[in-house]
Amino acid sequence: MSIKEILTYPDSRLKQESSEIEKFDALLQSIIQDLEDTMAEGPGAVGIAAPQIGYPIRSVIVDVSSRKKIKHHGHLVLINPEITEWHGLKTGREGCLSVPDFTGNVVRAEKIKLNAYNQLGESMNFEMEGYEARAVQHEIDHLDGLLFLDRLVSRKNDLFKRKNYK
Amino acid sequence: MSNWYMLTLVGADKPGIVANITKTLYEADCNLGEASMNRLGGNFTVMVMINTEHSENAVKEKLALPCKDQELHFHIDKIEGKLHNHHVPDISIIVSGADHAGIVAQVTNALYDAGLDILDLNSDVAGSEDKPIYICQIDGQAQDGIKALEAAIIPLREKGIDISLREIETMVG
Ligand SMILES: [Zn+2]
Repeated sequence: MSIKEILTYPDSRLKQESSEIEKFDALLQSIIQDLEDTMAEGPGAVGIAAPQIGYPIRSVIVDVSSRKKIKHHGHLVLINPEITEWHGLKTGREGCLSVPDFTGNVVRAEKIKLNAYNQLGESMNFEMEGYEARAVQHEIDHLDGLLFLDRLVSRKNDLFKRKNYK
Repeated sequence: MSNWYMLTLVGADKPGIVANITKTLYEADCNLGEASMNRLGGNFTVMVMINTEHSENAVKEKLALPCKDQELHFHIDKIEGKLHNHHVPDISIIVSGADHAGIVAQVTNALYDAGLDILDLNSDVAGSEDKPIYICQIDGQAQDGIKALEAAIIPLREKGIDISLREIETMVG
């Protein structure tokens, strides 16, 4: 149980793919506790992935319940999360604990279906949308060695500029 | 000791111009900070923070010839290089209309009075020559809350200005 240092870009460990979790043992529980403690310290973070604190395993925490007026599933510990369906696209602004002092626009699926295990190894299914779906996609990217920097779109992409067709 | 300057460059837009300029700055011992490049009305424009050991006059001398070669006007101001201090916008505003005389002034003044701190503004003239459309995108911080801005745009809409306001929720994870 401790607050860990958050790895920051360009630390090469953030670019590694994390491995599947097979044992829901005491070690996993202590890593999840470290994630909880570290996320609670982070300034306004709604999610954190194990590789951000140096554990290359497929575990993330997402909790967007502090946001007003959105649909969410509360505090989620997600083990081996896997998105099975993606619907719609939406641009939104993201930042990352591993990329301090920078925010940018990223396109994500608006709605997703998600399979994951909880920290006891019980299987869970979710349908998520909007802000929570964005957070989950951002965290799963961390497990695949991707940062939102890899997905930035132009800040002017919000508005479609029509070409003149003659 | 190194100094920060704001370098402004304006010229005709041509292929390769960014590559040329960055090479020129590198060869003049200038490191880049934050920069914003835009093509405005067919012109190339860039404002770039540069960091260098050289004095303002020395930088001017180093840039004079390459800028002349590339047909660029340049201007330099000594500044304080305040990096690592980004402000995150929480509101995005889009203003559009057929006629733009005075629209931006009316909108920005009304929103300023309602607590808007503008961080980023881009405006464009689209449409065609005989039917121009004016579009302006503003990102900023609602210092007095979003409700104050929502209230401030009602009289603007009543004057016929197309204006929409969208909350930006930055997801940090
Ligand atoms: Zn992140």
